Amino acid sequence: MTIASSSPPSRLPLGGAAGAGTEQRTRRAATRENRGDGRLAAVFIAPALLGFAAFLLWPTLRGVYLSFTRFNLLTPPQWVGLDNYVRMVHDPIFWDSLLVTVEYVVINIGVQTMSALAIAVLLQRLTQSAVLRGIVLTPYLMSNVVAGIVWLWMLDTQLGIGNEIIAGLGFDRIPFLADETWAIPTIALINVWRHVGYTALLLFAGLMAIPNDVYEAAKVDGASEWRMFWRITMPLLRPVLAVVLIMTVIGSFQVFDTVAVTTAGGPANATNVLQYYIYGAAFGRFQFGYASAMSVALLVVLSAITVLQYRITRAGQSDLG
Amino acid sequence: MAAVADTTTVRRVRRRPSTGRIVAWAVMAAIVLITLLPFYWILRTALSSNTALAAHPGDLLPVDATTGGFERALGLQSTEEAIAQGGSGGGLKFWRYLINSVVVSTLITVCQIFFSAMAAYAFARLRWRGREKVFGLFLAGLMVPAIFTLLPNFVLIKQLGLVDSLLGVALPTMFMTPFAVFFLRQFFMNVPREVEEAALLDGAGKIRIFFRVMLPMASTPILTLGLLTYITAWNDYFWPLMVSYSDSSRVLTVALAIFRAQTPQTGYDWSGLMAATLIAALPMLVLFGFFARRIVGSISFTGIK
Repeated sequence: MTIASSSPPSRLPLGGAAGAGTEQRTRRAATRENRGDGRLAAVFIAPALLGFAAFLLWPTLRGVYLSFTRFNLLTPPQWVGLDNYVRMVHDPIFWDSLLVTVEYVVINIGVQTMSALAIAVLLQRLTQSAVLRGIVLTPYLMSNVVAGIVWLWMLDTQLGIGNEIIAGLGFDRIPFLADETWAIPTIALINVWRHVGYTALLLFAGLMAIPNDVYEAAKVDGASEWRMFWRITMPLLRPVLAVVLIMTVIGSFQVFDTVAVTTAGGPANATNVLQYYIYGAAFGRFQFGYASAMSVALLVVLSAITVLQYRITRAGQSDLG
Repeated sequence: MAAVADTTTVRRVRRRPSTGRIVAWAVMAAIVLITLLPFYWILRTALSSNTALAAHPGDLLPVDATTGGFERALGLQSTEEAIAQGGSGGGLKFWRYLINSVVVSTLITVCQIFFSAMAAYAFARLRWRGREKVFGLFLAGLMVPAIFTLLPNFVLIKQLGLVDSLLGVALPTMFMTPFAVFFLRQFFMNVPREVEEAALLDGAGKIRIFFRVMLPMASTPILTLGLLTYITAWNDYFWPLMVSYSDSSRVLTVALAIFRAQTPQTGYDWSGLMAATLIAALPMLVLFGFFARRIVGSISFTGIK
């Protein structure tokens, strides 16, 4: 990552003008000046460290602890060992919600990555218009709640513009969010709408790092756009694509908002994604211990997927240069 | 010679657009349409009346144009009036939530970035024992997904007695995020050593250097990070949903979800709902209007190392 750094303010006298002697003096001055650093660093780091300890480190440890307890917020947590985990393994709704989440992630990530790649390539090869990049990003400014409600309306069976068009073309109306088979793909696509522009811009940045003369040379050799895509763009974009995939998959597993405002887990648990089930266990039934155990399970799943993805996609290695 | 040949190829391509390019532009146009249509549809529905919407669901312009939807969303209509126009009659004070959202997002953004900048400076430019270890710990924090800390954080906020307060909504992300520290540290590392040394020779202390030299120099990455933080804070739903129960701490996203849940199941108050949606989304669209170029550009260098 490079950030353009502005030049130093010119009114400050720059050292080093008088040669080696000054350099030595400066170095000595620097060590002298570093003496108070420890105390200052302690002050400077204190707020961030406090926040880190209180709202990240401590909750992480506490979450693991709570997963071994029975806890309803009203009475102190009661140690129950592996009870929550045993219960989880035998809970068919947990497995269903994990399955629903995976279905959501596969559709969401599949469609989103391919569309984002297409948009990014179009933005690179067709036009590098900043206006178009801005337009593509606008849905990202909406909250998931807004996106969910807008599409709930546009996909309404009776009055939604989507079904008006479908009916106008002579097809049967589709109850997108009220039907067990359609609900998850629909929610996945709503979130694609909101996030695809952001993902496309990340990929676009990766594409801009590919030197243009590679394409020029290929063009001279008579390569088609299609061939250049597979032979140049894809191989050189791979590391960026891998990082973007890891990031988006983790985000995708945590789907909640859109489900909460559109289907609330229904119909018949068809959209009861894991995070929604966890939320229900905690705030609907006050089973904080059980909810924590499921959070730990989600954390384990996410870590495993990240490691696996990192290995498969060789995210750490670049083919460029 | 080569240059001349080049320009002629370019000109030939421009004159006779290939089928591939036409298809590509058509795809681009379709993408723009799908991206923007929902925004227009919000506006069109918000300005329509519920009864007319049912009769003309496919009309492209607002049907039986009225500002009733906005009045219901802002709680300006009497209960009878609202019910007559298809609303629930349950009032929500969107002005209040708008102010709450502004307070929470501003608090989070300003504090998080200021404290993160201080920490980033300490990590990048101050020498102290254990620096690398503490930074490694912060980096490890990047790996913990948000969902995992939400329940324990709720328990903590509850024990602190901050449930249902604006501070309770803001607190968990007010001090830092590992990403913000990492992002700003990267910038401070790249500031040339000479800048600092020059200021030191001038007799400035480290604190003064941070406030007078480093922070102003970092204004571009700070603004960039600030915009993204503000958007994220504004759009957050899960955490505010957990900690706020009443008007005093309710933010727009939560209020909007409640408004949607209140609206009568038999025949939604779509125009009121879309008006409320627009109220919730408008501030971010205005922000985007001002900073579009910067936001678009910033995403390019935040995600990729």
